[in-house]
Amino acid sequence: MRQWMMVAALLPMLGGTALAQETVKIGYIDPLSGGGASIGEVGYKTFQFLAEELNAKGGILGKKVEIVPFDNKTNPQESLIQAQKAIDGGVRYITQGNGSSVAGALTDFVTKYNERNPGKEILYFNYAAVDPVLTNAKCSFWHFRWDANSDIKMEALTNYMKSAADIKKLYLINQDYSFGESVRSAAKTMLKAKRPDIQIVGDELHPLLKITDFAPYVAKIKASGADSVITGNWGQDFALLLKASADAGLKVNWYTYYAGGTGGPTAIKQANLNHQVFQIAEGIPNLGYPSADAFEKALRAKYDFSLFYPRAVNQMRMFAAAAEKAKSLDPVKVAAALEGMQFDVYNGGGKGIMRKDDHQFFQPMYIASFGDRTEKEPFDEEKTGWGWRQAAKIDPEQTMLPTTCKMERPN
Amino acid sequence: MISEGWCVVLELIVISTLNGVLFGMLLFLMASGLTVIFSMLGVLNFAHASFYMLGAFFGFQISRWVGFWPALFIAPLLAGALGAAVERFGLRRVHRNGHVAELLFTFGLAFAIEEIVQIIWGKSPVDFRIPASLDFPAFRIFSTNYPAYKMFMLLVSIAIFVGLLVVLKKSRVGLIVQAALTHPHMVGHLGHNVGRIFMLVFGVGTALAAVAGVIAGPALVTQSNMAALLGPILFVVVVVGGLGSLPGAFVASLLIGLVQTFAVSMNGSLAGAFGPLGPDYAQTWLSDIWGVTVAQVAPIMPYVLLVLILIFRPMGLLGTRET
Repeated sequence: MRQWMMVAALLPMLGGTALAQETVKIGYIDPLSGGGASIGEVGYKTFQFLAEELNAKGGILGKKVEIVPFDNKTNPQESLIQAQKAIDGGVRYITQGNGSSVAGALTDFVTKYNERNPGKEILYFNYAAVDPVLTNAKCSFWHFRWDANSDIKMEALTNYMKSAADIKKLYLINQDYSFGESVRSAAKTMLKAKRPDIQIVGDELHPLLKITDFAPYVAKIKASGADSVITGNWGQDFALLLKASADAGLKVNWYTYYAGGTGGPTAIKQANLNHQVFQIAEGIPNLGYPSADAFEKALRAKYDFSLFYPRAVNQMRMFAAAAEKAKSLDPVKVAAALEGMQFDVYNGGGKGIMRKDDHQFFQPMYIASFGDRTEKEPFDEEKTGWGWRQAAKIDPEQTMLPTTCKMERPN
Repeated sequence: MISEGWCVVLELIVISTLNGVLFGMLLFLMASGLTVIFSMLGVLNFAHASFYMLGAFFGFQISRWVGFWPALFIAPLLAGALGAAVERFGLRRVHRNGHVAELLFTFGLAFAIEEIVQIIWGKSPVDFRIPASLDFPAFRIFSTNYPAYKMFMLLVSIAIFVGLLVVLKKSRVGLIVQAALTHPHMVGHLGHNVGRIFMLVFGVGTALAAVAGVIAGPALVTQSNMAALLGPILFVVVVVGGLGSLPGAFVASLLIGLVQTFAVSMNGSLAGAFGPLGPDYAQTWLSDIWGVTVAQVAPIMPYVLLVLILIFRPMGLLGTRET
């Protein structure tokens, strides 16, 4: 009797290890509670959707892809605890995107871990943390970034603003951490060179994801007499900023990185800023590419949100392609296969390349404005009736900024 | 004829004052209950902000079923009843084991409430909307709209403040509560049921916090970390105002509301203040704090105030006894 109980107790454990060998686990370390939860949740579901897509085609090298969520509360310390937890649970690939402060801590952690644990390496796929330092001074062989970094985005955005003659007084408002800091300094240096006549009437940094009422900040923007605002705000920091602007009746042009995040489109519609909010991203709905449209439709049929992370699609599909190319799921071999890899981006807009020097992915970028739609623009956002319209396309070659990265590769 | 520049400054001042007073009144709705509970029961209720959160979530749920206006009354009643029950069946039992046990009890309660809220409503923000009948600009100052809903928030909190004042100063219940604040034993000896008064005060205090939650929910963000965001500031209000002092809580709430709002609208930094007179080494050695603007430190202003008050006036602005 006792022996049977032992066997019964052991069986599930055996089952567990057998199952672990059958799946590729990707640890999703991002906020699932607190101020970042609204977009962390969207990211999680997007990755689940992409995993299902891969599994429907037989997985990666015949193994099922599984996304395992870890809530880091947008906190660097908490992220390291969660990363360790993920590793203890058999995860060899982690992905994270929200917050460059978190990304900086994670990339350090992964690099050190891999030095100390040869043969058990971890790869870190960064799908949205855009602080340039991650592929420059702090670059790591174990870190790959699919989102264009902040300097690339600002380069494209300021090239577009260069020809907008109606910009005279500009206000900068950003989140008070490494990413917000890099947005404001890049904006200032680039505009000084491209449009020295633009007067910068405000330069604000506010606490990250802690403000629930932006009314005092909006009053200040109003008082400054600005006609345009640049902001790198994401998540609720963008939605609430626009909501407060709508309440106060602030009418300016917005140049943003993440206007399309949860709550953003609703707030823009409420503020009635028809094609006055611009966003730089690697993809939007309404570009008219058939494969992108099909993906968008499938995603919307399953969830009540649109594709906010086209980069995640590129990331997951490239991961699969790299593993097939290496014929292995060993992170070291996958990393080697990813280096310098060329890839047709998901929407059919052209080729992208994972630069070997710094592990930054270069891809076509789009500037789009948000507002009413024509017949050629089938997709709206958050049931507002308004949608994205392409304003400019930037080819990868034009975004190839130099890097200072000195990559240290394992022997 | 005022010049355009002055108009802009005036506009900023008026709007910031309105925003500051509004935030201050919201703080007062919560701090009033907290400070009265503290002086009567001798317990700093760590779970007080959780009742503010419960108010917001109850308000959200009930407004889904029967609309916002009934929710405005039902949600605080529910939260208040819950608060009274916590006092009657929780705190009163724990009380036998001394103040530390009570403190730990409220501390644990705050975590429990947060977890329960997350289980029921999830971790992301819920879609708690401003009622359509109040979703319009109330008036225009120069070129800025002021939302009607914010005026409504202001009016509700002022009405409750006046009501509270009248009840405490004029009614018999108020007299007993005031007496129990300073001399609970004497009130007991005079034949009043002190236990029931405590339960009542705890219930009303938590209900007031819930009112703040219901009206703040749609304007701010209703999510499971809202108690944690506001909780620490509440303690600052109570300590700065003077423990157990209602007028003190009122003054401190407004003070903190205004300080935070005005700090955001200022641009000054140490570098700016010293200008060309600043020592050369400041740019290099003190670069981290030299360029920081007042706006950037706005969120820590209340805590600086707390430290200063504790050093220079430990009984608080209008308090009468040492903390």
